[in-house]
Formats: sequence, C-alpha cells, structure tokens
Amino acid sequence: MDLENQQRVKDLTEKHGAENIVVLLGAAEGEAAGLAAETVTAGDPTFAGPLAGVQLGLRVFHVVEPEFKDEVDAEVYDEQIGMMEMVLDVDEIIEEMTDIRDEFCKFND
Amino acid sequence: MAFSVVKGAGYVLVHTPDMIIHNGTTQTSERIVNPESEYLKKLPEHLRSFEEVVSYPPNQTYIGNITPGDLSEYKMPWYDKKIDDAGRFGKFGEIMPQDEFIGLLKIVDVFDLVKLNNEITKVAKEKLENHPLITDEMVAKLKEGDEMEDINKAINELHAEPIYNNNKIVGCVKRAHEIDINLNAHTIFENLVVKASGVLAMLNLINKNDINPEDIGYVIECSEEACGDMNQRGGGNFAKSIAEVAGCVNATGSDTRGFCAAPTHALIEASALVQAGVYENVVIVAGGATAKLGMNGKDHVKKEMPVLEDVLGGFAVLVSKNDGVNPVLRTDLVGRHTVGTGSSPQAVITALITAPLDKGDLKITDIDKYSVEMQNPDITKPAGAGDVPTSNYKMIAALGVKRKELDRKELPNFVKEHGMPGWAPTQGHIPSGIPYAGFAREAMAKGEISRAMIVGKGSLFLGRMTNLFDGVSIVLEKNSGKVDEGKGVSEAEVKGLVAEAMKEFASHLLGN
Repeated sequence: MDLENQQRVKDLTEKHGAENIVVLLGAAEGEAAGLAAETVTAGDPTFAGPLAGVQLGLRVFHVVEPEFKDEVDAEVYDEQIGMMEMVLDVDEIIEEMTDIRDEFCKFND
Repeated sequence: MAFSVVKGAGYVLVHTPDMIIHNGTTQTSERIVNPESEYLKKLPEHLRSFEEVVSYPPNQTYIGNITPGDLSEYKMPWYDKKIDDAGRFGKFGEIMPQDEFIGLLKIVDVFDLVKLNNEITKVAKEKLENHPLITDEMVAKLKEGDEMEDINKAINELHAEPIYNNNKIVGCVKRAHEIDINLNAHTIFENLVVKASGVLAMLNLINKNDINPEDIGYVIECSEEACGDMNQRGGGNFAKSIAEVAGCVNATGSDTRGFCAAPTHALIEASALVQAGVYENVVIVAGGATAKLGMNGKDHVKKEMPVLEDVLGGFAVLVSKNDGVNPVLRTDLVGRHTVGTGSSPQAVITALITAPLDKGDLKITDIDKYSVEMQNPDITKPAGAGDVPTSNYKMIAALGVKRKELDRKELPNFVKEHGMPGWAPTQGHIPSGIPYAGFAREAMAKGEISRAMIVGKGSLFLGRMTNLFDGVSIVLEKNSGKVDEGKGVSEAEVKGLVAEAMKEFASHLLGN
C-alpha cells in the first residue's frame, strides 16, 4: 500500500476509532490484496510507511468478497464491479483475505 | 478527407546499468531513507551484461527481430531464456550500450553541460564512428575529453550530477542555473537522457524506413519529462530539439503530455493533422526515463532474479497522408475516457474499447489484435503487479461477455487470439499501445490481420491536479488501396442512402 494511503488510513483511524473503520480493497491480485490487508491489520510488512509497526487490526474486505457484495445494490454492483468479478481470481482473493483477517483482525464479527 | 497512414516505426532500447543504481528513483530514494540497506548492497550482483540484455527475448521483440507471436512460444519466465545469435540491431531499431549512449548524451547537448573524461570520450568516439546512424558531424561534437580534476570539482563543488560507467565516474552533467531547480543537474540529466534516446529512436525510424528527414513537417514529442525554467517549468520543446539533431530542417513541433496515454493522444493528433492536410508527414517520438530504471528492483532482487528494468525505451512513428499501402488511422473510430466517464474498470473499458467499435458497428471480435499496456510480465509478475496485458484482454473479453458478443467459455480463447504477450519495458509511456504499431503495419501488409486497436491509458492522479484516470484509443485498419478512401461518401453510406430512398418510395406506394 502506498505511503500516502497508509497515512490516510492511520489518520482516519485515529479520528474515528478502529471499531468504526472498514477498509475496502480493489486490488487485482490475491497477493496484492493480502499485502494491503496485512498493512491495515498487522502493520506495513515492508516497514516503509506510516503503518510500519502499527497494528490497527481493522476490518478489511475486498470488494469481490460476499461480506461486501451482499450489502450493496445488486444492480449497482453489476454495473461497477460485475465485469471485474468475471476477470479476477475471486477464490484466491477470498482465501488470502480470510487468512489475514483470521490472523490479524481485532474484530471477530 | 482521406485517412492518414502509419508509414513507419522505429523502436530503440538503451542498456544503462549504472543509471539504475545512480538515477532510478527506487534506488535514489532507498539511498536517502536506508543507505545501508541490504538491497543496495545486493543490487550490483543482479545487473545484466549488455549481451544478456540483447539476447533477452522481450528485447528482441521490441526491436522487431522476433514477433509477439514468436515471443509467446517462449515459456515464462523469460529472463533465463535467450535468443541465439541475437543482434543489437533489429528490423525496427536497435539496442544501444551505455558507453555509446553516454557519448550520445554529449552529442545532443547544445549548452556544454555534459563533461566526459578522456577515457570514455575515446571509447564512445571509436564505437560511434562505426555506428551506422551516427554521422561524422555528430561524432565531432564529442571533441576532446575533460580532465577528471575538473569533472570532480564540478561534482563536489558545483552540484553536477555524476555520469557513471562500469561503476566509475566518467563525466558529469552540470547544472544550468545556480538556484533554479528546473535547471539543476538532476533535471538536466533526465532531460538530456530523454532527448538523446528520442533522437536515437528518430534516427532509426528515418533509417529503417527510408524517410527523408527534410520531408517531415511536424514532430510531436510524447514522453513524461518536462523542460523549462523556473518561469515556465514545462515550457518545452523536446520535439523541436529532437527534430534539430535528426536533421528535420523543415519541421517544427511541440510536446504532448498525458502520462502513459500521451503516445496514443499524440498518434490521434498526428493523424488528425495529416488528415486535415495541415502537414503531410508528422512524427510522434519519445525517449526513455532514468527515474523508472529498477523501479521494481527490490522485488527482483528478493526473488533472486536479474533486475530487468535495465533499459531506457524509445520509439518514433511516422504518420503520413494516405499512400494506398500502409494501414490507415481510423479517426472516426476513436475512443476516449472523458471527465464524466467514471473510474470503474467497466466504464473505462466501455469508453476506450466498445464505444469506438459501436461507432463503426463493429464487435469486439472484429478487432484482430488489441495493443494495450504491453508491459513485459517478466518484470511485473514478480513484483506482484500481475500480467498487465493479459488482465486487459480479460477485461475486454468480460465486457464482450456482458454485451453478449462472446460466450463466457470463449474468454480464455479470446485472450489468446486477440491478445499478445507484453514485451515492452515498464517505462510508463513506452509500453502504452504504441509498441505494436510497427508489427501491426507488417501484419497488415502480409494480410495476417485487418484491424488493430491502439489503446493508451494514463494515471493522471500522479500529478496531483486531478483524481481522474485517462485514456484514448484508435483503430488501425488495413489499407483498402483506394487512396481517396474516406473522401466524400463511402460505399456503405451510398448503399444506406439508396436503401432509405427505396424504403421511402415503397412506403409511398403502400400508402397509396
């Protein structure tokens, strides 16, 4: 995750509290999604950005995961994300995201 | 008005291993943030030799010695494969080694800002004298070398940027102003590099396609650098400076910017200028960026592979009035991402791919080859950025499925048939759509394909002026041979008009 986005996540979390923040990702690969998810839960794995060593443990989902998909208008979802859902390796992304959440997310809901 | 044609293309790479270490921003940033890092220590062990760079299959594709189809026969990864008896010169251009390029930097410098020592001057002179495209007049500009003492003084006391070869300082680029950051040594270095590699691309275009440089009326430069001073940061004009060195005495020009989308913007602009009859021959040209060298080097080193972003890229394409032979640029089938398009991938692909097709009543399968961001996946995959061209082809196919022009199970086949493997270095504007122009011209001449689409996309938000994304596209089509093509009313339009008149006549008869 780029350094600027890390700072934004950090600032918003400080302002609103970790329990009130949900991070949504749109990464095109399981590995990239996992890295971003790890950054906002366990801290920046590359130790380069503002979240290095900062364990926010935020709720984090990829937009192709059912937790997000089932919450939004199906028509809008199809219009905005339907095509990408066809292209992405959804199973791989879900697996990667679930692993990171199970290990590092502070909220078990 | 007759459509214009793509009359020729030139493509060059410049192997610059020392510039990875000293000028690539991944490395320069690391040196500031973490000077003792393991990465910086290990990096030199991961640099490739010139011979390795020349025989690397994607590089041989870039200069036209093998086709994208040939490249797809090689199993990835490609960095451990090589093309036997590969040459540095190719059908479309060449791969230049660093020592010659350092000489070229001095040759294109008209403000006496580049200082080279005796040793590199001698080497560059000898090699460039034997270079088929570098004239004696150009070589003469190398003059005699400077003393190391003067070069070191300029670096240590006057903020000059060192030029390295084989890890040794062999010269420097001086600052062009004492306080203006737009003219400091760093900026001048980057700008001379983009100019020199652009010149090399232009010389190759002219030579490989038997073009008389005096026939060129306009040049559009479309890289991602900016030249100017503190009163006009991006004043320009790289285009004219390149035209000057390449002997285009009858040309003027200007710079077009649009991040990675700029080459396709420039191609559309050139085709419009020629079609409108403003100029007969317009060249679009761009050199490469030192900043992007070794951009993904950390991942490459971590994965124990060579640092593959070790070349600067350059290209030049000539757009001319319709000759009845070369592929036409269908200015009536242009796609564009507008301010109101939206940023979802679906909206972007619709605007760039299917909107222009709809204008011509074409299906996505009517385009034989799509040239998208042709980034070499050997570079991007180990860095976690995936296979960019393949992702683009999947998105185009998925949109086809949504439009019911394609069955979902045909998706992998579409990617194979209408797509290509990426072969261009990750130099931003260099891989963007344009690398296929040369191959498309050949494939259409041989009758292998009828239509190709050149697609350029750009990330405007990097400039912090807008959050918008950008992109444009244009269809390239096999020339029908009729030079007056597009003039007046086309055959299809006549047929349409006749049909309409008949229909109206019939309705009158029925009405009566």
